[in-house]
Amino acid sequence: MKAKKGEWVKIHSIVLRPEERAPQVPEDTKKVPLETWVKGFLTEEASLGDIVTVKTYTGRLVEGTLVEIAPTFKHSFGENVPELLQIGIQLREILFGGDDNE
Amino acid sequence: MSNAYESVMSRKNEIMKKAVGIDYSVFESGQIAFDYEKMMHETGYTLEEMQKIQGETGVGNTPIYELRNLTALARKCAKEGKGARIFLKDEGSNPSGSFKARRAANAVYHAKKLGYKGVIAATSGNYGAAVASQAAMLGLKCIIVQECYDSKHVGQPEIIEKARKCEAYGAEVVQLSVGPELFYSFLLLLEETGYFNASLYTPFGIAGVETLGYELAIQMREKVGRDPDVVVCTNAGGGNLTGTARGLKKAGAEHTQVVAASVNLKGLHMASDEQFNRKSFTTGHTGFGMPFTTWPDRSDVPRSAARPLRYMDRYVTITQGEVFYMTEALAQIEGLERGPAGNTSLAAAFSIAMEMDQDQIIVVQETEYTGAGKHIQPQLSFARQNGIELKFGQPQDEVPGESIILPEHPRLIQAQDLDLVKIRQSLIKNAITQGAYTSISQEDLRFLMEETNADESFVKETLSELNVTVK
Repeated sequence: MKAKKGEWVKIHSIVLRPEERAPQVPEDTKKVPLETWVKGFLTEEASLGDIVTVKTYTGRLVEGTLVEIAPTFKHSFGENVPELLQIGIQLREILFGGDDNE
Repeated sequence: MSNAYESVMSRKNEIMKKAVGIDYSVFESGQIAFDYEKMMHETGYTLEEMQKIQGETGVGNTPIYELRNLTALARKCAKEGKGARIFLKDEGSNPSGSFKARRAANAVYHAKKLGYKGVIAATSGNYGAAVASQAAMLGLKCIIVQECYDSKHVGQPEIIEKARKCEAYGAEVVQLSVGPELFYSFLLLLEETGYFNASLYTPFGIAGVETLGYELAIQMREKVGRDPDVVVCTNAGGGNLTGTARGLKKAGAEHTQVVAASVNLKGLHMASDEQFNRKSFTTGHTGFGMPFTTWPDRSDVPRSAARPLRYMDRYVTITQGEVFYMTEALAQIEGLERGPAGNTSLAAAFSIAMEMDQDQIIVVQETEYTGAGKHIQPQLSFARQNGIELKFGQPQDEVPGESIILPEHPRLIQAQDLDLVKIRQSLIKNAITQGAYTSISQEDLRFLMEETNADESFVKETLSELNVTVK
């Protein structure tokens, strides 16, 4: 997939390879690289996977691998959690439901 | 100049001096002691100045609500005659949705005054949005650096929401995978941009929270005619508690007990890639609370202005399940929908209120905004997706990283006391270990007494156990 010059994209790069990680890092974390993601406007037309330069919202020029075109946020209110529905019922019962619940 | 990890870390002090505009060396004694009050006085702002700075950007003067239904609930759950009146300071009504606006207001104001073109903050929490919001108001550029994803590129929903909020205010967000080397990326950014380090731990940041404690005391005097018996503060890096306690003192509320509360995440390593998404709280937990209380100078500035052990009278933990339960309770019976992390102190206060007499008063000093990702349902469903068992039961059976237990009855909500004696000993030990000292000065001794809020005999006894003499 191609992205045009000026399009809003997300890039990725490796900050530290596993062998470069700090000494105090736990073992599981030492096995993986330290990665970073930044968004910006693409300076040249490119395809996903290309090494590109973006201009970030503060105007920095940053290089990395193009991983997403027109990124947005998809976080949500999650799946229904049935247990939550019970809490309000229980509290109202205790507070306003009479002495049966003592 | 090399950008290799060790090389950048070795330039830390030099980078920080340029990026904070404070020469910390002038407050140093050469050994353990440094002049904390002088640092706060010479580089901070007076209470009146802070109120003015914050007032200009709509920060502060948040309302206090009496939580009548939660108080009634505590009384139904407590022993006869027990159940203090519970009040809540609604800090979520600050411009960026949390008390962090107070810290950011001063930091960003100071950056602008010193002529910096932009500000940078390293935070996965509400502070990012606070700095971004203030930078937007003052016309400065803003970069927020946050730890967000594990190695599978799965992000904590709460942190992703905070990234969205920062971008909404026009900030650039630099996201990283798990690891303390975030600090390395942060230093490189400071060096590259020449922006101001809007650290959470500078004197101006911490002094910004003093207005919270001060306001709280004044508002309670207006509402009930006296100071509260207890104020509960969520404790992570210690700035919230430090600033609030200093503000209470400035208002003359000398007899108010200050209680720290953290979510219990015992057993989870904060820098672990595998455990990153097995915790449901990204701040306000023991993973920050304990290390920062027992050694404040682990922050991103040479000397932290947040020194919570000087001010805390008691330190309790509360479980994730208890906080989630109380968050739902606050919405269901008080009509206030607020974010879970900010309700850590609320859950602790509900438990402590049940120990207190009915004519006593306890104040929860913060709330935070809520929304997609940063809300009890997405956080709990995310936990479930990550294999965390979620059920009703006894809160004390919860195992962080394995289960979240919602209390099957509110009377089971029970804050657990941490041993302040051990915490004080731990701070002293950390201070000694830091410089491998075998003897310390009288000045150091007095400093450790202040740091631990303990008397001379306690500090001397701890020192002698460590084979350290005082000259």
